[in-house]
Amino acid sequence: MTDKEYMHEIRNFCIIAHIDHGKSTLADRILEQTETVAQREMEEQILDNMDIERERGITIKARAVRLNYKADDGNMYVFNLIDTPGHVDFNYEVSRSLNACEGAILIVDASQGIEAQTLANTYLAIEQDLEIIPVINKIDLPSAHPDEVKEEIETVIGIPADEAPLVSAKMGTNIKDVMEQIVKNVPPPSGNPDAPLKALIFDSYYDAYKGVIVHVRVKDGTLRVGDRIRMMATGAEFDVVDLGYMGAKNLQNANELRAGEVGYIAASIKSIGDTKVGDTVTLADKPASEPLAGYRNVNPMVFSGIYPADGAKYTDLREALEKLRLNDASLSFEPETSIALGFGFRCGFLGLLHMEIIQERLEREYNLDLITTAPSVVYKITKTSGEVVYIDNPTNYPDPSEIEIAEEPMVMANIYTPSDYVGSIMDLCQERRGTFKDMKYLDLNRVELHYDLPLNEIVYDFFDALKSRTKGYASYDYELSGFSPSKLVKLDILLNGEIVDALSFVVHADKAYQRARRIAEKLKDNIPRQLFEVPIQAAVGGKIIARETVKAMRKDVLAKCYGGDITRKKKLLEKQKEGKKRMRQLGTVEVPQEAFMAVLKLDE
Amino acid sequence: MNNIGLYIHVPFCLSKCPYCDFYSVKPEREATDGYKKAVIRNLKRYTQAFSDICFDTVYFGGGTPILLHEEICEILDIAGSHIAENAEITIEANPCITDADKLCSLKRFGVNRVSFGLQSANDNELKTLGRLHNAADGEWAVYLAQKAGIDNISADLMLGIPYQTQKSLDETLKAVISLPVSHISAYMLKIEPNTPFYNQKLVLPDENGYAELYLKTVNMLAENGFEQYEISNFAKENRLCRHNLKYWSCEAYIGIGPAAHSYFGGRRYYVTRDLTSFIKDEIQNEAISDDNVGGFDEWAMLKLRLTSGIDYKTAYEKYGIDRQTFEKKCRLIPKNMYISDENGIRLTPEGFLVSNTVIGILTDI
Repeated sequence: MTDKEYMHEIRNFCIIAHIDHGKSTLADRILEQTETVAQREMEEQILDNMDIERERGITIKARAVRLNYKADDGNMYVFNLIDTPGHVDFNYEVSRSLNACEGAILIVDASQGIEAQTLANTYLAIEQDLEIIPVINKIDLPSAHPDEVKEEIETVIGIPADEAPLVSAKMGTNIKDVMEQIVKNVPPPSGNPDAPLKALIFDSYYDAYKGVIVHVRVKDGTLRVGDRIRMMATGAEFDVVDLGYMGAKNLQNANELRAGEVGYIAASIKSIGDTKVGDTVTLADKPASEPLAGYRNVNPMVFSGIYPADGAKYTDLREALEKLRLNDASLSFEPETSIALGFGFRCGFLGLLHMEIIQERLEREYNLDLITTAPSVVYKITKTSGEVVYIDNPTNYPDPSEIEIAEEPMVMANIYTPSDYVGSIMDLCQERRGTFKDMKYLDLNRVELHYDLPLNEIVYDFFDALKSRTKGYASYDYELSGFSPSKLVKLDILLNGEIVDALSFVVHADKAYQRARRIAEKLKDNIPRQLFEVPIQAAVGGKIIARETVKAMRKDVLAKCYGGDITRKKKLLEKQKEGKKRMRQLGTVEVPQEAFMAVLKLDE
Repeated sequence: MNNIGLYIHVPFCLSKCPYCDFYSVKPEREATDGYKKAVIRNLKRYTQAFSDICFDTVYFGGGTPILLHEEICEILDIAGSHIAENAEITIEANPCITDADKLCSLKRFGVNRVSFGLQSANDNELKTLGRLHNAADGEWAVYLAQKAGIDNISADLMLGIPYQTQKSLDETLKAVISLPVSHISAYMLKIEPNTPFYNQKLVLPDENGYAELYLKTVNMLAENGFEQYEISNFAKENRLCRHNLKYWSCEAYIGIGPAAHSYFGGRRYYVTRDLTSFIKDEIQNEAISDDNVGGFDEWAMLKLRLTSGIDYKTAYEKYGIDRQTFEKKCRLIPKNMYISDENGIRLTPEGFLVSNTVIGILTDI
């Protein structure tokens, strides 16, 4: 085999699917068919191996696995299956994962047809010239209507679908068809194994023994153990200690990684910050002249305070955050203090989902009880003194008298939608203070809308609002475009007459009243009745603009004692104390942790 | 002498009231006979193992104990030498199963206190509660008890019965006060899971409604000489229920019968809710209900249910907690819910209404 010929037997592809349309199940079946994983080792949904991923049915981290498949033509093929995250928060990661592939399997549920999330990622894949292989799944369902779904794929996405395999990943039906189509239709990779090394980083994670393990797709050149490598964006250099392929269960080392191949590199890298997704790995002594296109630095978009419910757990929280950051370069944090909540951390996230995931992992994997404050974006304030400050914590928002110019971050958003929903999307963007830029028809039924939107109007619940107004069909992505002057005010929340700093946030002046009223209502619903009446007020610059009251509790008593059963009462008391741990005592008011989060879910 | 309470759970009822989640079955002959033998067997186990045991209170609760009046007489006869001279011996009774003969024979074997489950003096309310008796039956039963020579009579009332009004409660209270009863227990109806009431759409008072019914009861009973001594208990002429006081005062009691609880030998335990195994087993199947006994929380929680409350002297001597520590917590409690003075701290009726929360705060020390 000459150097280039090995590429003919490589197929690099990813799977695109809507939640619940069977991505992980199909991946499992492919693994089974290629006998990459022995039957007895099969554990449902090998690729999504975080608990949260399995429960939410979403992929958070990209993942890759190498499989060997003996095709009908008698040849052995190497399949590199690259799993991609599925949420707008992780859009950039998705684009890099797709960039590592030549093809994409598009799974569509035979009973539900195409849905929004699928569309966004499919467009991304088409943009990157990936060969799309539609697969119609769940044909075992009585409600399956594969013919209509094929037609939908052809009209909505605009790719031929008459040869789409009809499969049931659950039952294992027709999986072989999928494999054969991958062999037949996904183009083999191209690239020159003798050219200077260019390897795309599409994922990395921290391993306690080997340091950071980097997942790469080699585009050009060849990498060997002992090579000194350079990360082109960060300039960091390392010596390759180990490299190889990703097996389904463990890493399999190899001697080299050549152009067209997908594999891992271990090089005693201590910080994941040195291995940024999208960066190009090259050789230090024979560097490529320019990096691969498409790299960008990913900055946190949303900031919120994370506090331990029990102040004594501050150190535990810090250690847990440090551990999570080992595997998540997009998570940032620094210490902060709050009058209401004590010592904690201001953390930066890619978006709200990212924030919820981090919070959930801290609670679950590190067994911490947390209080999270309302998320905020970064505001740029030019003070009357000429000083420029960036504010990521509303508590620190300067007094209006000190502000010369207040600016908020803006994004350019691309919204993809079937044309039926253009009207309702325009209404939504208008409500969110968006500025319409243009609109283009991708084909008869599909439209791409471009809007300038303030980031703080989209980070909280824009995705949900967009989906609920378009029956889930629309999707979007966005890119930061800079700061723009805005009429901003700081909204304070008072409980029992006292400002609770952790509940303050910054809002556009025109929306202050509406937000204040909703927040007061939300807090009222989330603060349990207490012995005292609790007034809830919202104020801008000392002026009360909304008010609600939590009425005092009147009855909470266990009257009867059956047959000397004291234990029942005692257990109740203990349960109550357990519940108290999830409460914060602010003056005489007990505020449950959920209340701090509830203020951002205002559309529910 | 080792004075302790004896609770015997009699798990038999003719029919099940739709609000009750307490353990009971139909009184079949074979079962009641086996039950009696098992009670005697278990009673002897205790009296033989602890020969100095002296029951100064005995309480037959249910269920409907009076259904088994003959068996109860036999049990009392056998326990005889271990029952204190001046013991308080109570039986719970359902008015329409009570008759003069039963009461007279019970009296002969030592029963000196009857607790009638009157619940209401309004016939519609009684029907709603699925009770077998009406208001007249209730009054007649009290009369029979008095005639049998049992003058320590208690009446159970229920607050918050579906469709109950301030007016109907007023009538019930007046009716009961006019009877020769010296003790009243007034419980707020609590809808328990696994009861028919739980699955019905009942018209029940809201929190304020309950609070008003309760406060009205407390006031009206006080005006008529019934002094409140516990969240739900009121007594005239100092006739507090000595047996129930043991529960609130962390004193020892032995429970016999399925679902009965005990606090004995420094342990809290209960008998499993299973009549068949109770009858069959040589020794009743006892399981620890709480392995953390005798702490401050328990003591304070129980004491605060009583109008006498916590006395600061004991709190300091037993648990090292002083008045100042309590009063620091009090700033989280509205002033009308408690009284704190040099003697101690106790809850007012307003405080009793939200006592779970108030006790939670005061024991969070």
